Amino acid sequence: MKLAGQTIELLKKEIILEWRSKYAFNGILLYIVATVFVCYISFNLNPGFKDSQGYPIVWNILFWIIMLFASVNAIAKSFLQESKARLLYYYSIAHPQAIILSKTIYNILLMGLLSILALLVYKLFFPNPLGDLLFYFITVLLGAVSFSTVFTMISAIASKAGNNGTLMAILSFPVIIPVILLLVKVSKSAMDGIDRSLSFGNIGVLLAINVIVIASSLILFPFLWRD
Amino acid sequence: MKFIYQTWWKVIAVLLVFSTFITGLLFRVPRLPIIHETIRNLYFHVPMWMGMLTVFVVSVYYSIKYLRSGKEEHDLAAVECVNTGLMFYTLGLLTGMLWAQYAWGEFWSGDSKQNSAAIAFLLYCAYLVLRNSIDEEQKRAKISAIYNIFAFPVMIVLIFVLPRMTDSLHPGSGGNPAFGRYDLDNGMKLAFYPAMLGWSFIALWIATVRYRIRLIENKKNAIN
Repeated sequence: MKLAGQTIELLKKEIILEWRSKYAFNGILLYIVATVFVCYISFNLNPGFKDSQGYPIVWNILFWIIMLFASVNAIAKSFLQESKARLLYYYSIAHPQAIILSKTIYNILLMGLLSILALLVYKLFFPNPLGDLLFYFITVLLGAVSFSTVFTMISAIASKAGNNGTLMAILSFPVIIPVILLLVKVSKSAMDGIDRSLSFGNIGVLLAINVIVIASSLILFPFLWRD
Repeated sequence: MKFIYQTWWKVIAVLLVFSTFITGLLFRVPRLPIIHETIRNLYFHVPMWMGMLTVFVVSVYYSIKYLRSGKEEHDLAAVECVNTGLMFYTLGLLTGMLWAQYAWGEFWSGDSKQNSAAIAFLLYCAYLVLRNSIDEEQKRAKISAIYNIFAFPVMIVLIFVLPRMTDSLHPGSGGNPAFGRYDLDNGMKLAFYPAMLGWSFIALWIATVRYRIRLIENKKNAIN
C-alpha cells in the first residue's frame, strides 16, 4: 500500500499547488470560454444557421473539437511546467508509478470539472435540446477521463523530447482520433435520445482503450523518467 | 541472432513468393458478383499486412529488449524493423486502394478501414519524427522504444478492432464475410498461405539487411 499512500500524497500536493495559483484552471476555463465565444460570433454572422438541418451535428462535433484543444493545452503543462530539479526531487522520494498515477488522476479531476463547466457555457451560447441529458453528461465525463489518460502519457514522452508543443500534437493526435470518433458517436446518440443499450458496445471499446493506455503508461513510465 | 545470417529461410521465402505468382494468378477462384477476378488481390494485399505485422512485432520485441539491456544494436534493430514495416504498410495501402478502385469504385472512399489505416500510418510517422527530434543517442533510443511499445497496441486497435465494429465495406469487417470463407473447397488456400509466409520472411529479410547495413555504418563512424 506504499504506492497508494504516495499517490494520494502527490495528488494532494498537485491540488494544493493548483489551488494556490489557480493558474491552469482559470487559464483553461478562459481558453474554453473565449473559443466558444469566437465560434458563437462566427456562426452568428450566418443568419438562419440555428434552424438549418446540420445544426445538431455541427453542435456536437464542435463541442468535442473545443474540448480536444482545451485538454491538449491543459494537460501539456502537467510535465512541461515542472522544473528539472523538482522532478529529480520527486523521483528521489517517490515511486515513478505513483508520480504518473497522481498526475493522471489530477488531470482527470481537472478535466472533469472543466468539461462540465465547458458544457454549461457551450449550452448557454448554443442552445440545443439534448434528448438524454444524463447520458450526455456521462459521455462528457468519459471523454474527460479518456483525454486525460492519453495526454498525460504523451506529455510525459514529449517533455523528455525537447519540450515542444508540435511534438505533443503529432504524438497524441493519432492516438486520440479513435477516442474522439467513439465519443462523437456515443454523444450523438445520447443527444438524439437513442436507447442507451445501443451505445454500450462503443463505451466498452472506449473503456478498453483507457485500460490499455493506463496499463502501458504504468509499465513504461518507470523507464521514461530516468535520464 | 545467428538466424539472420542463415540462408535457408531466404531461399524458402523466394520460392514461396515465386510460387504464388503462378498459383495466385493461374489457379481457379470462386466467381463472386462485383468482385470477380479481383479476389486474386487477396494473395498480394493481405500478405503485405502480414509482413508489416511481422516486422512490427519484431520491432516491439527489440524495443522491450532495449529497455532491459540498453544495447544500441537492439535500438537499431527496432528502428529498421519499423522502417521496413512502413514500406510494407504503404504497399498494403496501395494494393488495397487498387482493389477498392475496382470493387468499390473509388481509390479512397473514406471507408472506416481505410481511415483507420491512414491514422495508424500517422502514428508510425510520428515515431520517426520523434526520433529526429532528439539528438542524444541513448535518450533517443530509450524514448522511441517507449513510444514504439505504446503505439503498437493502439495500431492493433485501430486496424484490426475498430473497423470490425463499424460499418466497413472491407471483407471481414462490419458483418461482411472474409474471403477465407470461400477458399475451403478450392485451391485458394494453396496460394494464400504460402504467400502469407513468404512475404513475412521477405519483410524480415529486408529488415535484417537494413539492420546489418546500419551496424556497418555504426562501426565505421565509431571513434576508437
